[in-house]
Amino acid sequence: MTMTDKNDLVIDVEGLKKSFKGKPAVNGVSLKVRRGDIFGFLGPNGSGKTTTIRMICGLLTPDAGHGRCLGHDLLTEAGRIKQNTGYMTQRFSLYEDLTVRENLDFIARMYGVLHRKETVDECLTTIGLKDQQDKLAGTLSGGWQRRLALAACLVHKPGLLLLDEPTAGVDPRARCDFWDRIHELSSEGTTTLVSTHYMDEAEHCNKLAYIVSGELLTEGSPEEIVKESGLVTWIVTGPDIWPLARELSGLPGVAHVAAFGASLHVSGYDEAALREGLKPFIDAKHRFEFSKPGLEDVFICLMKQAGAGRMR
Amino acid sequence: MTSYFSISRFLTIIVKEFIQMRRDRLTFAMMIGIPVMQLVLFGYAINFDPKDLPVAVIRADESIFSRDLIHAMENSGYFRIIQTAANEEEARDLLELGDVQFVLNIPANFARRLLRGEGPSILLEADATDPVATGNAIAAMTTIVQKALNRDLKGTLRHLKQEEAPFGLRVHKKYNPEGVTNHNIVPGLMGIVLTLTMVIITGVAVTRERERGTMETLLSTPARPVEVITGKIIPYIIVGYIQVILILMAARFLFHIPMVGSLLLLMLVSLIFIVANLSMGVTFSTFAKNQMQAMQMAFFFFLPSLMLSGFMFPFRGMPEWAQWIGSALPLTHYLRLVRGILLKGNGLSDVLVHLWPIALFMTLALAAAIKRYRKTLD
Ligand SMILES: Nc1ncnc2c1ncn2[C@@H]1O[C@H](COP(=O)(O)OP(=O)(O)OP(=O)(O)O)[C@@H](O)[C@H]1O
Ligand SMILES: [Mg+2]
Repeated sequence: MTMTDKNDLVIDVEGLKKSFKGKPAVNGVSLKVRRGDIFGFLGPNGSGKTTTIRMICGLLTPDAGHGRCLGHDLLTEAGRIKQNTGYMTQRFSLYEDLTVRENLDFIARMYGVLHRKETVDECLTTIGLKDQQDKLAGTLSGGWQRRLALAACLVHKPGLLLLDEPTAGVDPRARCDFWDRIHELSSEGTTTLVSTHYMDEAEHCNKLAYIVSGELLTEGSPEEIVKESGLVTWIVTGPDIWPLARELSGLPGVAHVAAFGASLHVSGYDEAALREGLKPFIDAKHRFEFSKPGLEDVFICLMKQAGAGRMR
Repeated sequence: MTSYFSISRFLTIIVKEFIQMRRDRLTFAMMIGIPVMQLVLFGYAINFDPKDLPVAVIRADESIFSRDLIHAMENSGYFRIIQTAANEEEARDLLELGDVQFVLNIPANFARRLLRGEGPSILLEADATDPVATGNAIAAMTTIVQKALNRDLKGTLRHLKQEEAPFGLRVHKKYNPEGVTNHNIVPGLMGIVLTLTMVIITGVAVTRERERGTMETLLSTPARPVEVITGKIIPYIIVGYIQVILILMAARFLFHIPMVGSLLLLMLVSLIFIVANLSMGVTFSTFAKNQMQAMQMAFFFFLPSLMLSGFMFPFRGMPEWAQWIGSALPLTHYLRLVRGILLKGNGLSDVLVHLWPIALFMTLALAAAIKRYRKTLD
């Protein structure tokens, strides 16, 4: 591994732990995120993503662990970290009884943004809320609220973006715009840590971390993660794949069977065993194709492994 | 970098609170509605000069004097004789059950003893559980008796009139000998209303942020606790002043309460009292998990204030421990200040004795609020 330049690390935290009423939510998470990274934070529901992000931006005090964020100490300089961080909460947490414009204006004032009026105007135009600027935020539709929340955490042009499921419930077109925006910001040097449940979005990230029950299972670029998993996958297409899926899932050598549209992904760790297992099912009706596993296959298998207690 | 107190962030929070206050019609209406409602309720009792109060008469004397006396009482409008010639026991039962408000006892041989110049007494027993109800009637009684008898004491009997008291009127106020004076109530109402509403309003204002999740946004900005807390208090000072002005206007124009002191001084004193209560509300909100709990805490604070401040019961009549608690509550001192300034015309130097405890309370509550205000979500 190459040594990463310390100054280049925007997030550098180690051994973060947090329990709620004795139940661990995050159990020793270490993250290193470099300037300009788009870092995807993945994991099943309740795995501790939100809790980790809150600790990074100083909203929760870690029970254990330490680290630096934007060069400032996590535990003692939370104020400075906040000044240069844009945090988008998972739940809509702007003021529902303020209008769209008043909300953005409030955030801009709180961060002491210069040329406030122009900045807010620009923001409104970018997210396409200019003509709804006098609507109360609480009366916007869910997707528009997400877009407003994203705009609100960009108003002060922060160096670090912490986005907690920013695209949940957002339509495909807006998601596309969103990722264009993130790539653009990234090329300008903004660092992004984004949690998501969408695998196609994970492909947008140059680094990924996968967390289960408060512990990081794997970390790396999407290609690395696929390669390191040691998984092989067969893609099966043809008629009546649903009954087939049930038959395949119990076979020796098969770790996981997932349906993607009209095709099945059959994955396993042992290439030879998987081939042997599938042999009896090969017929004229179905097409069997050897392929690289997708991120989704990898993560689902990782989860199964973790659940079985076979941690790597 | 991040300063300890940023005026612009402080102003931003004030502006935000103002907008929210303006949009939250219900709360705002309540803040105005509570003093109006209290005024109507209490004001009715004050304005109420009860007439036709039921009286039982034990008339052991059949002379012209007693007949005229009873006539005069009825003519005054305050009394309505519903039973005459009842015996003492029966009259007492009536009083106890509340069927009558007064028992008038004219002893036997009243006329004879009066004429002999022995100065006999008439006894008026009053059910004084509600002193406001009986007060005026009792006050009128002396005059009624005097006038009625003096009319009869003419001619050869004139010499009896010359004497100061040819007869005595003894009034026994039963059940509540202390009594409460009317003028105390409206100024006191100001303190009561402020204590109730100011504590609730900030208590709710902070817990609402937590309940609606907006606290997460607020905490992720560089705002400091001092800015948030002071920024939340300022807008509600104005609500407090609106209440003060409403009640003062009602006191002046509706209830004709005399105002001899300086209104400016009263406003200054009220400012400190308002901030003290608002700070208390913020402190409660740092303990409360939701708006409901904040409300309950406000009531827990309100009840002892109501009971032990001297508004409900005469302060000096309370046991010592209760007086100690009372002295720690800002309302106790505020009530004295308001009465002192409005009714007695106290000046700045007179009010300092009661002003510093409120100021101390305010400082402590504010410090507690700032200290306890959580910078994180844990
Ligand atoms: N304030 C809290 N009080 C008590 N428990 C909490 C609190 N916040 C989180 N938890 C618990 O901590 C664990 C991790 O929660 P967290 O919200 O971090 O998960 P997540 O990965 O963000 O899940 P999701 O994908 O559903 O958003 C969960 O078991 C949750 O119940
Ligand atoms: Mg979450």
